[in-house]
Amino acid sequence: MNILSLFVIIPLIMMAIIFCIDGEKKSMIRMVMSIGGFALLATSAYLTVEYLAAREAGDMAEFLFTDSILWYETFNIHYAVGVDGVSVAMLLLSSIVVITGVFVSYSIEEQTKEYFLWFLLLSIGVYGFFISLDLFTMFLFYEVALIPMYLLIGLWGSGKKEYSAMKLTLMLMGGSAFLMVGIFGIYYLSVPKGGSLTFNIQEIAANVTTLTEQGADNSWQYIFFPLTFVGFGVLGAMFPFHTWSPDGHASAPTAVSMLHAGVLMKLGGYGCFRVAMYLMPDAANDLAWIFIVLTGISVVYGAYSACVQTDLKYINAYSSVSHCGLVLFALLMMNKTAMTGAILQMVSHGLMTALFFALIGMIYGRTHTRDIREMGGLMKVMPVLCVCYVIAGLASLGLPGLSGFVAEMTIFVGAFEHEDMFHRVFVILGCTSIVITAVYILRVVGKILFGPIQDEHHAALTDAIWYEKIAIFTLIFAIAAIGMAPLWLSNMIAGGIENIVKLF
Amino acid sequence: MELTNLAPIVLALPLLMFMIIGLFGYKMTPKFSGILGTTAFSIVTIVCYYIALTYFFGSGRLADGSMAKEVIFNFEWLRFSENLVISIGFLLDPISAMMLIVISTVSLMVHVYSMGYMHGEEGFQRYYAVLSLFSFAMLGLVVATNIFQMYIFWELVGVSSFLLISFYYTKPSAVKAAKKAFIVTRFADMFFLMGILILSFYTQTFDFGPLTEVTNNHVAIVSETMGGVTFCGLSVISIAVFLIFLGGAGKSAMFPFHIWLPDAMEGPTPASALIHAATMVVAGVYLVARLFPIYFFEAHDVLTIIAYIGAFTSLFAAVIACTQTDIKRVLAFSTISQIAYMMVALGVSGYEGNEGLGFTASMWHLFTHAMFKATLFLAAGCVIHAVHSNEMDAMGNLRKHLKITHIAFLIACLAIAGIPIFSGFFSKDEILVAAHEASPVIYWCQTLVAGLTAFYMFRLYYRIFWYNEPDYGHHTPHESPANMWIPLMVLTVYTCTSGFFPFTEYISPDLMGFESHIHWNIAIPSVIVALIGIGIATFMYKKKTEYPDKVVACIKNTYHYAYNKFYIDEIYLFITHKIIYKCICDPIAWFDRHIIDGFMNLLSWITNKTSLEIKSFQSGNVQQYAWVFILGVLSIVALTIYL
Amino acid sequence: MSIPVEYYLIVSTLLFFIGVYGFVVRKNLISILMSIELMLNAVSINFVAFNRFVYPEHLEGYMYSLFVIVVAAAETAVAISIIINVYRKMKNIDTKSINELKN
Repeated sequence: MNILSLFVIIPLIMMAIIFCIDGEKKSMIRMVMSIGGFALLATSAYLTVEYLAAREAGDMAEFLFTDSILWYETFNIHYAVGVDGVSVAMLLLSSIVVITGVFVSYSIEEQTKEYFLWFLLLSIGVYGFFISLDLFTMFLFYEVALIPMYLLIGLWGSGKKEYSAMKLTLMLMGGSAFLMVGIFGIYYLSVPKGGSLTFNIQEIAANVTTLTEQGADNSWQYIFFPLTFVGFGVLGAMFPFHTWSPDGHASAPTAVSMLHAGVLMKLGGYGCFRVAMYLMPDAANDLAWIFIVLTGISVVYGAYSACVQTDLKYINAYSSVSHCGLVLFALLMMNKTAMTGAILQMVSHGLMTALFFALIGMIYGRTHTRDIREMGGLMKVMPVLCVCYVIAGLASLGLPGLSGFVAEMTIFVGAFEHEDMFHRVFVILGCTSIVITAVYILRVVGKILFGPIQDEHHAALTDAIWYEKIAIFTLIFAIAAIGMAPLWLSNMIAGGIENIVKLF
Repeated sequence: MELTNLAPIVLALPLLMFMIIGLFGYKMTPKFSGILGTTAFSIVTIVCYYIALTYFFGSGRLADGSMAKEVIFNFEWLRFSENLVISIGFLLDPISAMMLIVISTVSLMVHVYSMGYMHGEEGFQRYYAVLSLFSFAMLGLVVATNIFQMYIFWELVGVSSFLLISFYYTKPSAVKAAKKAFIVTRFADMFFLMGILILSFYTQTFDFGPLTEVTNNHVAIVSETMGGVTFCGLSVISIAVFLIFLGGAGKSAMFPFHIWLPDAMEGPTPASALIHAATMVVAGVYLVARLFPIYFFEAHDVLTIIAYIGAFTSLFAAVIACTQTDIKRVLAFSTISQIAYMMVALGVSGYEGNEGLGFTASMWHLFTHAMFKATLFLAAGCVIHAVHSNEMDAMGNLRKHLKITHIAFLIACLAIAGIPIFSGFFSKDEILVAAHEASPVIYWCQTLVAGLTAFYMFRLYYRIFWYNEPDYGHHTPHESPANMWIPLMVLTVYTCTSGFFPFTEYISPDLMGFESHIHWNIAIPSVIVALIGIGIATFMYKKKTEYPDKVVACIKNTYHYAYNKFYIDEIYLFITHKIIYKCICDPIAWFDRHIIDGFMNLLSWITNKTSLEIKSFQSGNVQQYAWVFILGVLSIVALTIYL
Repeated sequence: MSIPVEYYLIVSTLLFFIGVYGFVVRKNLISILMSIELMLNAVSINFVAFNRFVYPEHLEGYMYSLFVIVVAAAETAVAISIIINVYRKMKNIDTKSINELKN
């Protein structure tokens, strides 16, 4: 059996086991989740090693570990899987976030069984999306990842959770409506004379190249590129389609915020890259400027917005808008360095935002407030959590030695390769965001962690307990590991990027 | 031993110590963590001395008499593209070898000193962890083989500075100062990054090797790729190197980025001595010195600007320093002034042979300043330790109580004032010579600053050690423990002796070295000016007199402005709070909540309303259905008939 | 002498629309039922008239009108019983006030 299918099968088996366990045996459910999570992490680590070994051995195929099973003949739909450097990085990220999410979810006491079932369904969607090479199954997994979100936020969330869950789901569904049109457009219009309809990404890419060589009309790309890009862009929190993110994250339970910001938002960036840009390079070339403007605005706008928020989760949500904006921004620069940076930023942002949300959730679980005006001096009370928060903050503002720096610098150096005025202006605009990031991160750190204790009730709070420590230390380890030795990851991703860059 | 094997220790050991003390420090006793950090750093210091001394007196001198530029090791850390690679490496040349000595000496002394000064403080282990991080970052910065490595460590020193300033994190003013320091330097770093981006885009390299290689009075790689490229009428080279200079200006607290340094004194005093006096703040000078050939040959106009910015800053800071009452702030402004001195020296320097005097003088002054300023800070630390206050009003007549500190402080004051035989005299003299050759305006300005420096330093000295004794109460000040005054003495020895080392033979922009001697025609006026400054200070502050108040009354407005640091902080506060927060952030947040989000909510509201409206069609009222049905039938009939 | 077919049609049309009007406008269930009967009768008249004038040799029209009368009788019986039950339950047979199943 193909190793990639394990990513879907392991969660399925876990779901089946948990389904059979009595809902009252919470510790058992948690144990199954942890074991399964580690299995997933081990699988992705193994996959990474295998992938690197195969590349080392000189296997230059575009995708490795490919497999294809016919699923529905009439429309030529396959369950087709395969990975390149980018997907391997994404799978590794997903596994880290999932296992830490499981540990963070240990504190869920209500309807634990149902919670974990939906959680697993969500992860199936995420994993399936990253391994798919078939547009249709990709879209299917995409939807599978979105729907559990509604229930997870609506049932286990806090605050005005129904509103947020509805808003998030509807906006993302709106995005996927665009996406569906886009995907069918690609499906029907990417066929050269005499060819057959196909959903397979590789075949479509080959077909599109053939079409270009034949000098065929490519005006369809100009219709479906914006649709697909916006469709995925909604999930990637692109301005002005980002407003689901602050409300959604604020209401979601901790682990769901982590998974959502850490992995699900990366589906957007990955989709833009793998579907929109890879399959419609001509349109991507010509229309990039529109989206560069939008994502450039995202970057600065999210950062400025974060400066004045008072809810910790809002601050982080807006910072995610800014950082994810940088991902799409870098993708649109369409050269190898910048795109590698974009994927690195996805990985790095995924890890650090997961860490942020985990810490915010833990702090919120203790203080019962997320308003930064009501907290202060927590460093004295919960040193471990607070030191980790500072580390997360430093990673977010791009401190060398942590992953954010590697990603941001790769993006800026890559983006600067464009010589025209337009790109230059936006790169410089992007650079300013690193200062604003420092402002809002330090504002929070200074306000809630340092200073005198604001609320005397907080003085009696406890520090992180063992499962929380596992979660945050894992994430910090990953962030620091990437930050200190980025070369292997960057090379692996660059290998995947090369295939797409030559299309432009 | 082979340098290749030794050099990695310089970087690896402090990093390792940071990790060990940082991760497991909470399990150690404070004393153990301190001893561990100090022992490890002594090894680093020994290695640094070994490397530097072997370099200067052995392997460094090439057959043709010039100094070598060796890359000891260099490994690829991150690859951006074919040509652009960030490496982490170890570059050994005269200035980096000199910096190794400066950093390791001051840092080791601070390590030892802190054992006494920080004794009993909560977070002692954290202090030592960050100290190790800082030493690692600073050493990495000076030995950088490429500009991006420098940027990496540049950011790391910034963050360790942040962590040390906010060491007393429960004190709001310390937190504020730390934030300010980080954000201001970060703002400057953004320009540095942009400069790097521009430079590397054209030259396709980060490496200092090609970037500083001079052939036929040109830095070939820069002039070939960037020469003639203009942007808005300005040469792109000038823009790039000016942006890089701005990064250096941020770290080195040049006007208008100087505002963070005085506030940074909220940190523990030994940390101020190490970071905010001796090492980190001179990183900007070091950066300009590192890229000196580009500045000199390709963007000489920028070098001139640097000289003028430096001259202005040194005067500006010196004036403010005369009015401050917090002893650490006086020292901070003095630091700003002295660093600006070094910038001036770089700005007026030539390149070849004797013309490179400015460059040499700048590095020399960097060295001597590091020693005497660290002495001053550590001595100030002893004073603060004794009287538990930073304010001058709480001090006076301390020479009776703190004998050793008094001597160290006096020697350092004489050094900074430029009195002969003490190190500051030699380096300052060289700077003034270089300035004299370049521009009379700068020369007179710097001479004036020398006088002011002597005045405010001796004002400080007399206010602390002479003056009238305030009421110390039961708590009579007493001398610090040995682990505090021994480092002080060691640094004092450096302060006395470092002027006699023939710097010019080893450090020069063209690596050739040259003979130098004291220029009495320049030295005598400057010494006289300094003596006048000291004289005035003695006259006014040796005992409590009414002269200071009289002088203040005469120049009331000026004094007021200077005392409030010319309101630069207030201008910044106005820009950040009133303009950026109120006019950018708030409107954007409002726009997001009300317009963008409002639009989405409007969409859902419209959908809701529409479906409510449509809902009334489904009334369940058969008669209403019948109406619609009949009307429908009739209209179909009418249509079929009339069409 | 014979009455032309139009006359029948005019009567039945009038009757039908009176029925429609009643069905739509009246609020009383009995009146609505009566209006339905009027429409049915209008249709029956049409059946008979067309049968007489268009296909005199066939009998289907008469057959259907008889059929309609029978069905109408049965339907009325059912409807009346429903209305009586409604009345018993609600003490009212006004359509406006019978909206228990709504919402």
